[in-house]
Amino acid sequence: MTALRPAPAPGTAGARRPGPVRLLWLLVVVGVLAALAAASIAVGSRGVGWSDVLAALGGSSDDLGQAAVTKRIPRTVLAVLVGAALGLSGAVMQGVTRNPLADPGVLGINSGASLAVVAGLAWFGLFSAASIIWTAIAGAAVSTVFVYAVGALGRGGPTPLKLALAGAATAAALTSFITAIALPRGDLSVSIQSWEVGGVGGATSATITPVLPFLAVGLVVSLLSARSLNSLALGDDLAAGLGERVALARGLAAAGSVLLCGAATAVAGPIGFVGLVVPHLCRLLVGVDHRWLLPFTALTGACLLVGADVLGRIVARPSEIDVGIVTALVGAPFFIALVRRQRMREL
Amino acid sequence: MTAGLVPPSSAVDAVARGRLRRASRRRLVVAVLAGLVVAAFCVTLMIGRTVYPPGDVFRVVLGQDVPGATFTVGRLRLPRAVLAVVAGLGFGLAGVTFQTMLRNPLASPDVIGISAGASAAAVIAIVFLGLSGTAVSVTSIVAALGVALLVYTLASTGGVAGTRLILIGIGVAAMSRSVVSYVLSKAGTWDFAEALRWLTGSLNGTTWEATLPAVVALLVFGPVLLAQTRDLAALQLGDDTASALGTRVERTRLVAIVAAVGLIAFVTAACGPIAFVSFLAGPIAARVVGPNGSLLVPAALVGALLVLVADLVGQFALDTRFPVGVVTGVLGAPYLVYLIVRTNRAGGSL
Amino acid sequence: MTTTHSLAAEELVLGYGERAVIDDLDLVLPAGRMTAIVGANACGKSTLLRSMSRLLAPRAGRVLLDGRAVHRMPAKELARTLGVLPQSPLAPEGITVADLVGRGRHPHQRVFSRWSREDDVAVATALEATQTTDLAERPVDELSGGQRQRVWIAMALAQQTDLLLLDEPTTFLDVAHQVEVLDLLTDLNRTRGTTIVMVLHDLNLAARYADHLVALAAGRVHAAGDPAAVLTEENVRVVFGLESRVIVDPTSGRPLVLPLGRHNVAAPAAAPWAG
Repeated sequence: MTALRPAPAPGTAGARRPGPVRLLWLLVVVGVLAALAAASIAVGSRGVGWSDVLAALGGSSDDLGQAAVTKRIPRTVLAVLVGAALGLSGAVMQGVTRNPLADPGVLGINSGASLAVVAGLAWFGLFSAASIIWTAIAGAAVSTVFVYAVGALGRGGPTPLKLALAGAATAAALTSFITAIALPRGDLSVSIQSWEVGGVGGATSATITPVLPFLAVGLVVSLLSARSLNSLALGDDLAAGLGERVALARGLAAAGSVLLCGAATAVAGPIGFVGLVVPHLCRLLVGVDHRWLLPFTALTGACLLVGADVLGRIVARPSEIDVGIVTALVGAPFFIALVRRQRMREL
Repeated sequence: MTAGLVPPSSAVDAVARGRLRRASRRRLVVAVLAGLVVAAFCVTLMIGRTVYPPGDVFRVVLGQDVPGATFTVGRLRLPRAVLAVVAGLGFGLAGVTFQTMLRNPLASPDVIGISAGASAAAVIAIVFLGLSGTAVSVTSIVAALGVALLVYTLASTGGVAGTRLILIGIGVAAMSRSVVSYVLSKAGTWDFAEALRWLTGSLNGTTWEATLPAVVALLVFGPVLLAQTRDLAALQLGDDTASALGTRVERTRLVAIVAAVGLIAFVTAACGPIAFVSFLAGPIAARVVGPNGSLLVPAALVGALLVLVADLVGQFALDTRFPVGVVTGVLGAPYLVYLIVRTNRAGGSL
Repeated sequence: MTTTHSLAAEELVLGYGERAVIDDLDLVLPAGRMTAIVGANACGKSTLLRSMSRLLAPRAGRVLLDGRAVHRMPAKELARTLGVLPQSPLAPEGITVADLVGRGRHPHQRVFSRWSREDDVAVATALEATQTTDLAERPVDELSGGQRQRVWIAMALAQQTDLLLLDEPTTFLDVAHQVEVLDLLTDLNRTRGTTIVMVLHDLNLAARYADHLVALAAGRVHAAGDPAAVLTEENVRVVFGLESRVIVDPTSGRPLVLPLGRHNVAAPAAAPWAG
């Protein structure tokens, strides 16, 4: 049995950040997000001038450039929403499990959502947006509970290694089911493929709107759990000693997190590693107080996803790389670096 | 304390008896497994669209000419059955080597990214580079060795910690899978079908040309792994204890990794990474043999049996013809989950 | 069966990463005796033991077994002379006691060699010596902590080495089992002349059981020799940063360390080894 102890690193070790520094970082992150969003609207296989962008934002779609911009606006909005949801979801999940490796992708939660949707498409003729969202959230919830239950069995509770292994194994198992379902259904292979790789291309306001209420509820629940997460960080016993109702607090926070990543997966497919990378970056910036950390992870997550989407469009021009692939290619090395930095303790 | 220097011979006999009893159970299980593999092999040769009686099949295998059967059995079914056996033996042997070496039933090549790396390379070779046949095999072998080297190097800062190696392998696997997914999402329909073979493993359309390198690899790497049996058993007791017993830990690990990865890569190049076989063979073998003694040979036989039976199921049991890897994947998943639950509950080697 | 082997360290420097744990250490371990290495947490006791048994390569200096550097000896040859029991060895799931003890025969076997009568005798001897013969067919998982530790010692015994190094063999055991294990090691030392070197946490148990005591502080040998000479109030202060009284243990005649905290301590009595 093995547990990971986070190596004390400058900036993460419970540092109290003075308010002005945090406010400064807040401004920086908002500025970066605005710049990336602007880039996301301007950059694509068809370059457009700023006048076109402004015109399109004003509601005009007279020429090709303006039309392209009109298509890129919902895409950018979706990237912001999904990125914020995944970053926040990862931060909450890491807080709830006290596990530095927690992430919707690593824990196999995305695959749960995907499998549920693929099964729904293939067997139950699910095509309405709302039913897909509910299915994805249900799939995410079931796989979360499952992976956590499996990882928490035995000595030492849910250690990072046990959770990561349970998640990876579950993801492998779920993926083989997805393949088995998809293989005989050649007619569905295109729409099913989009459930194997996450992306924000092809977003329209019609695909975004149904998911908004879910994201809003998830956002509020997650942000409200900041204080409980601060107590939970001290360990269950101590949190209970501080008057926290541990099971309730943990359940609520987990529900918010699952809602966020389930809804994000429903609208954008499985996108891994955003929830892993973002909280670690944010802890470097603003410390470990969840009241600051959680809003920051939402903003930074949005930055990361919009940035990854822009990158995927620039690198592969005139084609593009799905954002789920970009985040995995960037995020997996980060995961490996994180593992290498951890001090291993054999029990 | 009455510890004499030489124990009474009755005590020595008792020790010897216990050892022989365990050894005889092992021998029995190995014999039964071998018998089952031979039986499944024969069934694979016999049944299909036309069912040939054992006599015809036997004569074809001996090289005699039997109208009809010579082509169907000798050309189509025999290479398929041989590859099934070789692949099963190879995956089983390589998988149990990793599991024993890293002291973790989840540390099989499919979980830690080696098979995924080989797949990614194969899919890129097929879809983007337009390669086929041997070129794909070579790419896949190079990639598997590269991935293993990468995982091993990344994990080795001051000695390889087994747990770190597993987690890093998971990261590499995630990366490889995202590459595979990307390539597949760009593939046309024909490529999609062919590429699925490299994702889940398939024995469809097996030829002698594809089978031969895998056979050679098994003949080369198999004995290398079997020669490590005792050192691998020592590694199970922890690196320090193994070292105290005179095992050169790093060298043993390196030899075992190279041989096991070589085996995996050659077999994968022939039939794709047949899902979960390298993961399943070891634990199933441990179940039937019991915990004492080496699992290498029993696990190899279990692997061969799994592939043969799963291929029969995939070909004939359902309306749709599933590649063997889809069958092992779907059958393996519940067992995987059960195994993690059981290992965690026992507070075992995770 | 015993030949005396000498184990010594010369100008040894050990460390992990950037940090040097042992710095320029010289040490000779008396053959045929029981040696205990004591010291505060993180003073390098276990590191030293790991290096003496070749589990850790030295940055500089040498560990000498009969005048040969252990880090240059063939692994199996060393393992036939020097046995090590690490702090937390791992038992494969479900393995039986007899099979685990049999793993100790590893250095005596070749790649494809058959199991010999000699191996059976060694296993039976080890089981007898540790009084685990009755447990032979039981799975190791089912044993109590004390039984399990005896089984691990049996495995090291089956290795049939003249030197046995043990890293905190009594951790995780209650006091009765600690005494049981140390009695067992003393039996081995007395009846077979096995040289025993162990890292121990408990000063008083170390003083009771060891013939030779090595006190480490700040990566060097602060004092070494007869327990009565090593365990002085001054040495305890330097090595552990602890004020204490050292008295004569009425049951053994060896030194007994009584820590002085800030509370519940009466006026200090005169102590025979004071200063």
